[in-house]
Amino acid sequence: MKTEIRGARVVDPASGRDGVASIFIAEGAIAAIGAAPKGFRADETIEAKGLVACPGLVDLSARLREPGFEYKATLESEMRAAVAGGVTTLACPPDTDPPLDEPGLVEMLTRRAAGLECAKVHPLGALTVGLHGERLAEMAELAEAGCVGFFQGNAPLPDAGMLRHAMSYAATFGFTVWLRPEDAHLARGGVAHDGEVATRLGLAAIPVIAETIALRTILEIAAVTGARVHLARLSSAAGAALVAEAKARGARITCDVGIHHLHLSDRDLADFDAQCNLRPPLRDPSDRDALRRAVASGTIDAVCSDHTPVDDDAKQVPFAEAEAGASALELLLPLTLQWGRESGLDLKATLATVTARAAAILGVRAGTLADGAPADICLFDERAPWIVRPEALASQGKNTPFQGLEMTGRVVRTIVGGRTVHGA
Amino acid sequence: MNANLQVGADGKLRHLLSTEGLSAEMIRRILDTADQFVGVSERDVKKVPLLRGKSVFNVFFEGSTRTRTTFEIAAKRLSADVINLNVAVSSTSKGETLLDTVYNLQAMDADMFVVRHAQSGAPHLIARHVKPGVAVINAGDGRHAHPTQGLLDMYTIRHYKKDFSALSVAIVGDVLHSRVARSQIHALKTLGVPDLRVIGPKTLIPSAVERLGVRVFHDMAEGIRGCDVVIMLRLQNERMSGALLPSAAEFFKCYGLTLEKLARAKPDAIVMHPGPMNRGVEIDSAVADGRQSVIMPQVTFGIAVRMAVMSMLGSA
Repeated sequence: MKTEIRGARVVDPASGRDGVASIFIAEGAIAAIGAAPKGFRADETIEAKGLVACPGLVDLSARLREPGFEYKATLESEMRAAVAGGVTTLACPPDTDPPLDEPGLVEMLTRRAAGLECAKVHPLGALTVGLHGERLAEMAELAEAGCVGFFQGNAPLPDAGMLRHAMSYAATFGFTVWLRPEDAHLARGGVAHDGEVATRLGLAAIPVIAETIALRTILEIAAVTGARVHLARLSSAAGAALVAEAKARGARITCDVGIHHLHLSDRDLADFDAQCNLRPPLRDPSDRDALRRAVASGTIDAVCSDHTPVDDDAKQVPFAEAEAGASALELLLPLTLQWGRESGLDLKATLATVTARAAAILGVRAGTLADGAPADICLFDERAPWIVRPEALASQGKNTPFQGLEMTGRVVRTIVGGRTVHGA
Repeated sequence: MNANLQVGADGKLRHLLSTEGLSAEMIRRILDTADQFVGVSERDVKKVPLLRGKSVFNVFFEGSTRTRTTFEIAAKRLSADVINLNVAVSSTSKGETLLDTVYNLQAMDADMFVVRHAQSGAPHLIARHVKPGVAVINAGDGRHAHPTQGLLDMYTIRHYKKDFSALSVAIVGDVLHSRVARSQIHALKTLGVPDLRVIGPKTLIPSAVERLGVRVFHDMAEGIRGCDVVIMLRLQNERMSGALLPSAAEFFKCYGLTLEKLARAKPDAIVMHPGPMNRGVEIDSAVADGRQSVIMPQVTFGIAVRMAVMSMLGSA
């Protein structure tokens, strides 16, 4: 099967390409961009004039809710949501039920996902058995089963002693340890940023030092163990500053931020909007602005959806009782584009945060349109406006703080391995 | 956004969820209405027919005898039918959700819900889901708000001090966990109190509270100096010793209101407390029962203020 995508503006952050060109696809891989390979005859031609073609998005965190939470979402629904959002590669956190701490579970998940022939799923294994923070998970076995890193998800971080062991062990094999920096004691019971809004609303608070103390601990342990660490979901200006300092010292770290934290702040909690109950909490507008700058400067390597489908029943409760998280696979692209526009970045720099830079963290072959790379492509209309209507989302999770709001930038077609999996 | 949910486009009160977002005019209207009801309680027949035929459901997801009783009395004096539900020990322990409980009660033709809940924001959630015409009164939600308490405190202060525009008011104790303090702060600021202070140890003062327009004091003697109104907050038993305070005795020593400390306030300062009091913890008996205490009038005014709120909501 040979395909030509004709007339699109090809934006490939990995190679620095940005210009109108044809993309030639053969046997599921990029054969050439620009001039057709010798003797290329397309079986299928896709007219893409006026559209942008970029590598399929790479999302560092999408909860697919299997196994265990099928009433919130299923692999089928969330894989459809992924490609509807132009996401062709995603990492899923291990905080399922049971958690991804056994090779058998990981194999089952990857096999089921592969069978759907949609986005490519790379599981993150549990760092500790049951995510309890007490015993090491079988990292080598899990890696063999397909895990690309080891994570505690939203479960509390292990204590410093256990963290040191886990990072040492992972470093033995060169595995990446993913950690969401949040001190469990300082965060306990909290549901909102410690500031004026939490005080006004009478919500139990999570202070910024919950993030910075955990970061300092992680950075110190990473330095002595030599572990490669990925810091997941930064939330504060102080946290971003610590990461910048550590990177300047040469620490082997990468980090990401959830897309909501680039657009929302604790002010959006307004009248207890449970859709804004997120982990980590939305913080002060000054934190949000610092995070936006940190992504633009490269201190924060990547932006992810942190997609977390939640059923209505778990959101239609008082704020503090609501399950944290937002459905975001289908909003990742327009919200990233909006951040890029508002930050004065070009498309290459904007899209790098959800393609090449994210793929580098996962260590997988994705997020590039280089010759020979898998033909995973997102075609989108940069200027098309659309309104977020929960019922129109492919995800089973209709929970988003952006419902009813207008987005600019719409995915028109998503291609995985040369095959159209979403769109006309 | 509070205001939109609470006050309709016609300017009428639809729900009472928080004192935040109520205009000074609305607060004055409530207090003026309460004035008329203070007389009712002094009559032989303590009833007016304003809510005749209406059903008021007291839905308490968190136990409270006193507050529930005052709402019950207020509703009965307005001739409403009152149904008390202690949900803390019924439906939710069977796994029913908050909204299911409310929908079920609404199907029994409730006109008004008086809701107390341990979670901040629960009454807002209910108010967003009830049928048009059904009113919700927040009788205390988590640490967030207790607006009728805040309003009865405003009534009490107005009764004794007449004018808010030159007052110094101190709120003392566990501000962190106090929905009463938050409701008082919003109402006092809206009514134009120029000098509003909160006093307590750093462990019991919430972050950024000065953004609500208060000055923070940690030294009781300094904080209380020259005040016209001293409001003592209740210290919950479970907070008296542990991570936030070492002991009730030490709290009393530092922040308990004694005659000696009260002497630093203005000679005609009034002392208030939302009840129930912990004598010897936040307040000394000599003060609680002393000439400056207006704690019992607060309780009496509380009925009138709740009647005022219910009558305004019932006529909307």
